[in-house]
Amino acid sequence: MQFSTEALIVLAPLFAAAIAGLLQRLIGDRVAMTVTTGSVGLSLALSLPIFADFVWGEGHERVIELFRFIDVAGFTSIWSVRIDTLSAIMLVVVTSVSFLVHVYSWGYMAEDPHRARFFSYLSFFTFAMLSLVTANDFLQLFFGWEGVGVASYLLIGFWYQKRSANDAAIKAFITNRIGDFGFALGIMAAFFCYGSIQFDEVFHAAAANPAMMLGVGEVQFRAVEVIAFLLFIGAMGKSAQFFLHVWLPDAMEGPTPVSALIHAATMVTAGVFMVCRAGELYHLAPLASGFVTIVGATTALFAATVGLAQNDIKRVVAYSTCSQLGYMFFAAGVGAYNAAMFHLFTHAFFKALLFLGAGSVIHGLHHEQDMRYMGGVRKPMPITWAMMLIGTFALIGFGLPLEGLKIGFAGFYSKDAIIEAAYASHGIGAQFAFWCGVTAALLTSFYSWRLAFMTFEGRYRGNPHAHHHDASGTDHHHHDHEEAKSTAAHADHAHEAPTDGSAPAHESPWVMLAPLLVLAAGAVFAGWLFYPYFLGYHAEAFWGQAVPLEHERHDFPVWVLWAPVVVTLIGLALAIIFYLWAPAAPRAMARGPVWAFLYNKWYFDEIYDFVFVKGARAIGDLFWKVGDRRVIDGLGPDGVTSVSRWFSRGLRRVQTGFVYHYSFIMLIAAVAFGAYAIFAGFGGAP
Amino acid sequence: MSPLQDLIASGPHLLPEAVLVVFALGALFFGALLGADRWFGLTSTAGVAALVAAGALAIARQPVAPVDVFLGAMVIDGVSAFAKALIAFAAAATLFLGAVHFNATRERRFEFPILVCLAVLGMFVMVSAQDLITLYIGVELQSLSAYVLAAWRRDDAFSSEAGLKYFVLSAISSGLLLFGASFVYGFTGSIDFDVIAAAVSEGAGGVGLVFGLVLMLCALAFKMSAAPFHMWTPDVYEGAPTPVTAFFAAAPKVAAVTLMARVLYEPFAGLEAQWQQVIAALAAISMVWGAFGALLQTNLKRLMAYSSIANMGFALMGLAAGLEQGPASALIYLALYVPANIGIFALILAMRRDGAPAETVADLAGLAQKRPWMAALFTMLLFSIAGVPPFAGFIGKLLVFQASVDAGLVWLAVLGGVAAVVAAAYYLRLLASIWFQPPAAALQPAGNANLITATFAAALTFPILVVALGSIERWAEAAVRMWF
Repeated sequence: MQFSTEALIVLAPLFAAAIAGLLQRLIGDRVAMTVTTGSVGLSLALSLPIFADFVWGEGHERVIELFRFIDVAGFTSIWSVRIDTLSAIMLVVVTSVSFLVHVYSWGYMAEDPHRARFFSYLSFFTFAMLSLVTANDFLQLFFGWEGVGVASYLLIGFWYQKRSANDAAIKAFITNRIGDFGFALGIMAAFFCYGSIQFDEVFHAAAANPAMMLGVGEVQFRAVEVIAFLLFIGAMGKSAQFFLHVWLPDAMEGPTPVSALIHAATMVTAGVFMVCRAGELYHLAPLASGFVTIVGATTALFAATVGLAQNDIKRVVAYSTCSQLGYMFFAAGVGAYNAAMFHLFTHAFFKALLFLGAGSVIHGLHHEQDMRYMGGVRKPMPITWAMMLIGTFALIGFGLPLEGLKIGFAGFYSKDAIIEAAYASHGIGAQFAFWCGVTAALLTSFYSWRLAFMTFEGRYRGNPHAHHHDASGTDHHHHDHEEAKSTAAHADHAHEAPTDGSAPAHESPWVMLAPLLVLAAGAVFAGWLFYPYFLGYHAEAFWGQAVPLEHERHDFPVWVLWAPVVVTLIGLALAIIFYLWAPAAPRAMARGPVWAFLYNKWYFDEIYDFVFVKGARAIGDLFWKVGDRRVIDGLGPDGVTSVSRWFSRGLRRVQTGFVYHYSFIMLIAAVAFGAYAIFAGFGGAP
Repeated sequence: MSPLQDLIASGPHLLPEAVLVVFALGALFFGALLGADRWFGLTSTAGVAALVAAGALAIARQPVAPVDVFLGAMVIDGVSAFAKALIAFAAAATLFLGAVHFNATRERRFEFPILVCLAVLGMFVMVSAQDLITLYIGVELQSLSAYVLAAWRRDDAFSSEAGLKYFVLSAISSGLLLFGASFVYGFTGSIDFDVIAAAVSEGAGGVGLVFGLVLMLCALAFKMSAAPFHMWTPDVYEGAPTPVTAFFAAAPKVAAVTLMARVLYEPFAGLEAQWQQVIAALAAISMVWGAFGALLQTNLKRLMAYSSIANMGFALMGLAAGLEQGPASALIYLALYVPANIGIFALILAMRRDGAPAETVADLAGLAQKRPWMAALFTMLLFSIAGVPPFAGFIGKLLVFQASVDAGLVWLAVLGGVAAVVAAAYYLRLLASIWFQPPAAALQPAGNANLITATFAAALTFPILVVALGSIERWAEAAVRMWF
């Protein structure tokens, strides 16, 4: 195993996680936090030059092989660190967000008694995510894929005393299992067809023999379509796409920094990353790409509609994440892998910003998450408000699509590029995706402003003395000691409702605000700064061979360029009307069936509960009560024992103790045996 | 050769029997003359010594080729030597246990070792029998001693009932035996096994001969307590004093199985097609009846009675296979079964509470806590009898199953497997009671003699017999080779 700085990027968080996790009692919280934060900082410091090299320098693509993981009978998997444009982007995204979240958690988790464990998990997650993005074959990718799944499970259920957190963790894990099953099948299919799981070898083999068929008997499909489809099933689970999205909103049970890091910026984008990494496969698979497009577009629209009606601040952001992931997928589906990656890149900044900002609000309001009990937070938390505003602008993609002078927030560059790519594409579902994208942009704008207005504007609607009205039950863990402390620590300023209608909140400490500022800088400038490299004139040089690029240049009708901006403004206007000018209107709508449909997330949880949970339970009941207890136990152990007892009792009844009974049996038996011997031995004829 | 010359020539070959006769008559004379039960200890010790000497002589003086004695009425060969050694050692062990027991309960009647030795003498005659008269005399000598032993506690209604039942039912079986023997004599014209064998191979007899054979087999099945001629067994086992039961459960079984093997493979080898089905049926019924009959038993002695019925079924399974490994496997099975059986009875004898025997399954409860060593011994011995590897009983079952499968009686082997599983249920029930139940009222301390015997028996089940198995197997196979 060679030592290299690239290896250190990946392994430093692992060592830190091991130290913090295994020695937490020995070294204490503060050392554990320092070690983990420091190691992720080191990874960030080592990643930035690599990224800079790809953006402004030569861009040295390389693969550092660390050791042979498996090498048997034609199956080889080498543990390696692959550095190319894709992994360089991901490295900087993962390490920077992770580092900022580590820092932020110093403040956010300050009162948690299990900080060492928390930081250990965070660092372990970072390691797994880094090994995922630096993989050079599908097995290491799968390792990282499962590793982040485990970390996600542990962190969602971090407050394990909370039943809802445990349920959410299990839900996330199981939903991901379904996707991972497809993913593993995809890897196996790739090995079966091409004899390798190494990325380049698989891509070359697929390109060399695109007509290869795979199937059973008469049912044959093109191998590359099957593999791409199966891999995407995994991506659907990990990236919470339509049908497998149900776990993501529940994952908000975890601490908010976790939501920012794992369930917004990094892990959930692993699916997008994987599709882009395997872009050369999807390039050859129009049907699978069409499926990706349609699922992505559906998710983008669906999640945006659900986001309209949610009251939990984190859930709104969670559905927004789901929706934005849908954008990334349909971008990849229509072949705009660079646009997908660009949106992933910018989204990481502004979504982490939104989550951490939401976390700051939650922190300031003593773990209140329901927006109906917020309002008037702008005044006591001005920095948080400003940061959230920037995040909102970035999310809705605000900017001016002027010819030759595109200017706007980060999301503007990437989202518009995606919508335009969908318009220009002739792929399956591309036009559907275009319209979904535009509609979702309208909805995104509306729910983002709804969140901003409900949280920061108006009068404070909560009761400062009753924190237990939060029906969703999230973050209850903190309530108790928060409550206990409130009389002592915050008695001076927090709990007397200010007379001007602003919330009885307090601004978060600087250790939490500093990451917000950094992320806000990213949300403002990341688009403008990197647009030329991801999508513009330097794209060819920047991407190299990392993803297939669309070489055709399009001239779009003006309305296509302006449509996203216009719908965004419409959304803003609607939000102003509904939540600033006429707050009675949404309350009236909240009684309608459409609202209920959206509030209940299209009843997905209920349908799944009915079909899968109740269905599985019913099948289990059937097998248990009828199959196992009646048939197997009944005919098996229980039946045999009862027959044995019955038989034994019968035999005991024969044993009367009377000599004449015994002698009768003896004589009858003697005669019977005689007859038997004679007839058996002589074939029936004496 | 004149009868006198023959008698003189036979003498040296009959040393084991001579030892027993000398002891029995001498002890009887001694005891009757001195009229003293206070010599109980001495006569018992002498009896044990005589039995051990007889067994040792049977091994030491085993002839290379079969030797006819008493004008061909008896034979001394490998099979008889094997059986005599096993019988003598088993009887010695049970006599030892019984003497210790009766000494402790102050039932010191000097006839006990004499009757045991006379019964053993009868068994020796059985396993050496070479004609129908010798066969009958051997069976009756053994049986007559056994009736008296069963009714040993004359003033105890239970014991008397056991002796009387045994006597009456045994008389019926003797009737069957004589009836069958007369058929055989009538259809072959001889009582000599060699002549009968020759007549059978020439096709003599037919239905009558077969019927005679079956009646004889029924009588012998009674002696070995094979179902459905086993009905006396649970009652007699329960009623007889436990040392006597221990004796019944060991030595006579060996004699009866060996005698049946001799009858099947010497005079009636030519009728294998007829008797194989009968023996297989006897084996099947015994295994099943023994297994299921014991399931609900609460009395340990009755339970052991059913256990011995089932085990006789397994031994018969070996006999049913007409191949060389058939009778060999049956003999080995007995050699492995008998020590474990004696060990268990040694432990049952050791279980006493307030001077009265504690003989129910409930009395075993929690033994592991009070008497861990006894519990461990019980465990080993029961595992062996149940046929759990690596104990000797497993190997015994394996051999008879193997023989049965080789002979094409796969159904019998399968049935045997099922019966063994069912039987395992009640052995395990005992173990569950020993290990997992709260202790019953405290038992009296076990006698050293019992514990030593049981420990030795357990050591025989594992590892001694397992190690020595190869030589026993070779011996048994060499002994039965003369029949093929």
